[in-house]
Amino acid sequence: MPAIEIKKNIYWVGAIDWNLKDFHGYAVARRGTSYNAYLVLDDKITLFDTVNEKFKWDLYHQVRSLVRLEDIDYIVVNHVELDHSGALPFMVDKIKPEKIFCSPMGEKSIHGHFHNKDWPLQVVKDGESISLGKRNVAFMETRMLHCPDSMFSYIPEDKLLISSDAFGQNIASQKIFDDQHDLNLLLSEARHYYTNIILPFSPLVQKLLNKVQEAGLEIDMIAPDHGVIWRTHPEKILEGYAEFAAQTLKPKAVLVYDTMWGSTQKMVKAVADALTEEGIDIRVMSLKSFHHSDVMGEFSDAAALVCASPTHNNSMLPLMSDFLTYMKGLKPKNRLGAALGSYGWSGEAPGAMAKVLEEAGFELPEKPLRSQFVPAHEQLTQCKEMGRNLASAIKAKTQA
Amino acid sequence: MQKWVCTICGYVYDPAEGDPGNGVAAGTKFEDVPESWVCPVCGAGKEDFALEG
Repeated sequence: MPAIEIKKNIYWVGAIDWNLKDFHGYAVARRGTSYNAYLVLDDKITLFDTVNEKFKWDLYHQVRSLVRLEDIDYIVVNHVELDHSGALPFMVDKIKPEKIFCSPMGEKSIHGHFHNKDWPLQVVKDGESISLGKRNVAFMETRMLHCPDSMFSYIPEDKLLISSDAFGQNIASQKIFDDQHDLNLLLSEARHYYTNIILPFSPLVQKLLNKVQEAGLEIDMIAPDHGVIWRTHPEKILEGYAEFAAQTLKPKAVLVYDTMWGSTQKMVKAVADALTEEGIDIRVMSLKSFHHSDVMGEFSDAAALVCASPTHNNSMLPLMSDFLTYMKGLKPKNRLGAALGSYGWSGEAPGAMAKVLEEAGFELPEKPLRSQFVPAHEQLTQCKEMGRNLASAIKAKTQA
Repeated sequence: MQKWVCTICGYVYDPAEGDPGNGVAAGTKFEDVPESWVCPVCGAGKEDFALEG
């Protein structure tokens, strides 16, 4: 990939990870990803962020096509996670920068990751600015978006916001601008990314969006550290984040399940039928076919989650434990839940799943439902009844 | 004295330790921490804290 000029004398110098599936060990990147880094050519030549260590030579050659590395003066570290800082020790070694700028929490994180106490770190506080010559860079702390060390860099002269992981998407493409893609696809990928990474910090996102608005920042380009750069529709991703953070819900249910001999699956289908008859949009997702991050992506705007698992060794199946642990950690708000499943002789799973849902703050309009061995028409009728009652609760919640 | 947990990031405010780096002396009850104080890890406000339990 050649370096691409995104603004006069500001270049994208990142790397594209076309084949990535395993994102940070807990999510699936469905379309690969990119590690975006930016080089500003000014009196002080400045590199914003780096890339995953595996791509350090991609970054090196991108930068080298524009300047000699030793000519770079500053490095800005907006976020210390290794997909953006893995190549930092290599680049520091090549560049020998005059200064490395980071947030107060970034300093701790850099020491914790790289143990290089002799780097020329300069901590910048929220609202602090530095001059690069013709341009200034204003720093904004964005703690927990999505790590304590995260910050934004804003260049007022270019109306450019370098936003670290916020507003990113897992998309690998040589087309690095939003207007080169279908906008709905981008917003859908941005939502998927938000739900799996930023959702727990939604109250902070709302505060930050207010802060950006109150500060009256003029933004005509948002350059995140993953995926495309928002140069034509920056307002769409800002509006999108306001919506994602508000957790505006649709009359939709995600039915997530695992099954052994198909009995629990039969029960799920009966609930799904009733929800459909009542006009609720549904997604039916087996945990053997869908990764927990894919289920969460679908659950992002759904009012209800139906969890179904048979009882196995007095508990739910392990894939359901995995999913519930992951889901609970993402702290979805204001949701409805239901739990059901088949069993042979003890039948603890529905109650155990309901307990987790309650702990996660879900409202459960129906008691956990279980059915012994293979459900007959009578048990499936009970499942449909559960689906109908859940549909009423979904309508009440989403029409309110 | 009871500990309070940040519901955003999981930081635990322990009154025995306070948050001296941010002007809250050891021994300060959570109720007496200034309203302007924010979570030293993530910046969440006092309203985002819950009793540890």
